[in-house]
Amino acid sequence: MEWIFKPWPWYIGGPMIAFVLFLLLFFGKSFGMSSNLRTLCTICGAGKSTRFFDFNWKTQQWNLLVAFGAIIGGWIGMHWLSDEIIVQLNPDTIDQLHQLNIKSAGAAYMPEELFSLHALTNPKVLLSLSLGGLLVGFGARYAGGCTSGHAISGLSNLQLVSLYAVIGFFIGGLLMNHFLLPYFL
Amino acid sequence: MRQIYFLFIGILFGIIMFKSEAASWFRIYEMFQFQSFHMYGIIGSALFFGVIMIQFIKKFKLKSVFGEQINIPDKDKSFYRYMLGGILFGLGWGLAGACPGPMFTLIGAGFLPILVVIFFALVGTWIYGLMMDKLPH
Repeated sequence: MEWIFKPWPWYIGGPMIAFVLFLLLFFGKSFGMSSNLRTLCTICGAGKSTRFFDFNWKTQQWNLLVAFGAIIGGWIGMHWLSDEIIVQLNPDTIDQLHQLNIKSAGAAYMPEELFSLHALTNPKVLLSLSLGGLLVGFGARYAGGCTSGHAISGLSNLQLVSLYAVIGFFIGGLLMNHFLLPYFL
Repeated sequence: MRQIYFLFIGILFGIIMFKSEAASWFRIYEMFQFQSFHMYGIIGSALFFGVIMIQFIKKFKLKSVFGEQINIPDKDKSFYRYMLGGILFGLGWGLAGACPGPMFTLIGAGFLPILVVIFFALVGTWIYGLMMDKLPH
């Protein structure tokens, strides 16, 4: 059981994600996390501003529970199931990130330069996190799904349009990662 | 009470996202640099089993635990919304390093600045709702 406390290799993580997809289908639902963002907008009253949010959010209660569970799961993973929380990156990746002033690369789970409370006092970090969130939220709804809805469920169901979306994810991600990111860090 | 199952599925999902490091900003950066097989392995092996599973469900017309037939609807056919929306999503994914699933996981793991990302993801979703009629789909 020792392996549980180590970082899980891809051949554990991937099949287990497929198992989560199976469970959701078996319970008569689908796998799509970004739908929760729409539901949360509706709960906040967005239905008064536009019809896109004008639906009975209680039909999505099950998915909010999945999201709430994911929060609890993150806590359990961090506090009960990990004896070290350092991501072992490719040494080249670590070097590159050090040059971009992300000094915590190779020594942490998340970059402290972006995801510590102290980092939030830096206006540039605040801008990067805000813009990142804005694009993820807008893009996910425009594309009708995110990584779970398109890259996992859509492609598993051999949907050509999900392949378009995933190609889009990578065009955007590569553009950001290779050309734009240095300006945001 | 039937709904409580979904809480447990979510807990399992959150643990997987955290422990497989798919929730780590570093792993997403490394993926887009093509410097590790890790994320490709996760998505690829999830797909390998996912494709087989869905074919199996469809072929044998499996029923859900509640006795209804499992129905996996096809997505609407179009190009622009998937490609343009996908590119915008990818730009955000590459910057914030988190997609919507891991965002929730990271709250629980205690990386609280993710709340800023989530707040603006909600704003982005809202803006989409406001201008969706004007966008090419």
